Amino acid sequence: MSTTLVSQSLVKAKSLSCPNCGTPIELRGFAHTLSAVCPSCLSILDASNPELQILQTYQGKERIEPKIPLGSRGTFNGTVYELIGFEQRSVQTPDDYFSWDEYLLFNPYKGFRYISEYCGHWNVIRVQSRVPYPTTARGRRGWVLDARKFAAFDAMQAATSYVIGEFPWQVRLGETAACEDFIAPPYMLSSETTAGETTWSLGEYWEGSKIWQAFRLPGKPPSPQGIFANQVSPYAGKTGAAWRMWLWFNVALFTLMTIFNLTKANKEVFHDEYSYAYFKNHDTSFVTPAFQLDGVNKNVEVRFHADIRNDWIYLSMALINDETGQTFDFAREVSYYVDSDGSEGSRDNRVVIPSVPAGRYYLRIEPEMVTGALSTRYEISVRRDVPIYSYFWIAAALLLIPPIVTWFRSNQFEARRWRESDYRPVDSPVMKIAGGIIESLGDD
Amino acid sequence: MSAPTSNCPNCGAPVTFRWSSAIQTTCEFCHSILIRTDLDLKKVGEVADLPADASPIQIGTEGVLDNKGFVVIGRIIYEYEQGGWNEWHIVFNDNSNAWLSDAELEYDVSWLAPQHQIPVIGRGSECILANRAYTVTSITKAHYKGVQGELPFEYWDKSDVAFADLRTPTGEFATIDYSEKTPLLFLGRSVEFDDLHFKNLRRFEGWTS
Repeated sequence: MSTTLVSQSLVKAKSLSCPNCGTPIELRGFAHTLSAVCPSCLSILDASNPELQILQTYQGKERIEPKIPLGSRGTFNGTVYELIGFEQRSVQTPDDYFSWDEYLLFNPYKGFRYISEYCGHWNVIRVQSRVPYPTTARGRRGWVLDARKFAAFDAMQAATSYVIGEFPWQVRLGETAACEDFIAPPYMLSSETTAGETTWSLGEYWEGSKIWQAFRLPGKPPSPQGIFANQVSPYAGKTGAAWRMWLWFNVALFTLMTIFNLTKANKEVFHDEYSYAYFKNHDTSFVTPAFQLDGVNKNVEVRFHADIRNDWIYLSMALINDETGQTFDFAREVSYYVDSDGSEGSRDNRVVIPSVPAGRYYLRIEPEMVTGALSTRYEISVRRDVPIYSYFWIAAALLLIPPIVTWFRSNQFEARRWRESDYRPVDSPVMKIAGGIIESLGDD
Repeated sequence: MSAPTSNCPNCGAPVTFRWSSAIQTTCEFCHSILIRTDLDLKKVGEVADLPADASPIQIGTEGVLDNKGFVVIGRIIYEYEQGGWNEWHIVFNDNSNAWLSDAELEYDVSWLAPQHQIPVIGRGSECILANRAYTVTSITKAHYKGVQGELPFEYWDKSDVAFADLRTPTGEFATIDYSEKTPLLFLGRSVEFDDLHFKNLRRFEGWTS
């Protein structure tokens, strides 16, 4: 009795010989295999009955070599699967023809898995024993599965155009199924409908190198062409990260600036008030008393304030070193106008002279006003080593570039992905122009 | 669990019951289908040769589901045009029973839902069962191909049987069995091979489990 149990326990692999050409065929899928293709004459045989009927003979001339050989074993999530079947499926429409490859994987305990390949893009796929529930995504019917929202990408009528190996279903060349793909990168949810029944499967995008690794295949996988429906964008999550980085850089910049400006002396070294009086042909220029500027090559700020209204005053000035005669020339206008619509201009103005050597200085001032103005009071003050904010604003603006570039690139990647979709969105002209600019930046 | 032993009325071989509530079993030696009566066993038919199948499960396979150990004690075999499947009859260590179906190595476990309203369904239609929304995923006309081991009811001499499978987004599974006058509803869920912690599985040439 124990011997019967043991022999019953070991399931033997079946081998057959092709009724068409006599070639021996070793079956890898045990009793699961319903149809098998003769590796020699490519006849499709009914493996479910001992008579091994020929179901279909191959009329084509071309033989297709799968990129992964039949019989290869690969490890997926810790389980070894054997590659037992290969089919090419194609879509023919009045203005398009394309095909992709599907590999059938088998493990006698865990069942069947699929791998699909299109232009170097791979998906590892499993048929689902769950049904997704409908939702709306990107303005169309989409589906939710595992809390992921899948957006409609394309729909097609796919025909089986080439088969080798064996299958747990009755495979036939030319058989068609209505296929629809919905994406949530790196996942793709696909439905296949034949005879009113729908099968759902869930694919996950795999890099070719990972597939090669799983099967320990020699050489390199074909390099991927274009962008695939559920390929993960290299910018996925990076836009947000870039903006967060920008925020942190600004915090750092602001902190630095605050610390930097706190070290400034910001000391008033001169302050005086003057009154402008107009005399014809009279030289209005004058010099101030000398004042001391300390510190090595610090900046100097000169501020003006004029008590004017609907008027202007123009001040040509020079900061002159009393000892060396070194001169810094500058000029500023203060103008202030008020009417019923509001005010324009300001009673104040300033100028910052960077990097002025230490020493004793005085100002030479030549005020100018409209003819006829009388007795306008104005103030001048000089400060040494004042805080400067303009650098901060320039740096903050420059820091904006990386997140904006990332954002545009991410948008461009998605635009290229969706260009392949049956539901391609219309490219907005703004994005096109911006894309062009970013592209040219990237070319540098 | 009692293990009463009787003898096959056909060939005299010992017939052991692993489950006290079993109504029907098959003789391991002569393949007679035996019905348990109050006193002894009655032969009602014979199982033809079972179709070759490649399920890794066999009578005597053990496993764990929801932290309860179970053992496979019987099965019903069906075939349809795109393959076949096994309904394995499993008995838990608390003496309750359930069905573990293996269709192309996709596994579902289900329990008979007694006195449940049977919904009227069609392909792709939706219905509410036990407060969940199910979608009809397939309606299959299957051929009964045989039985093996202990079953909770008399089941033999069937021919074509219709089944409807229903599923949810979260893996719940329901099947309506139209083989009886009153259709039967089974409710359960899909299960992963690894989650069942099987022991005493069949072995396959060229594979280590």
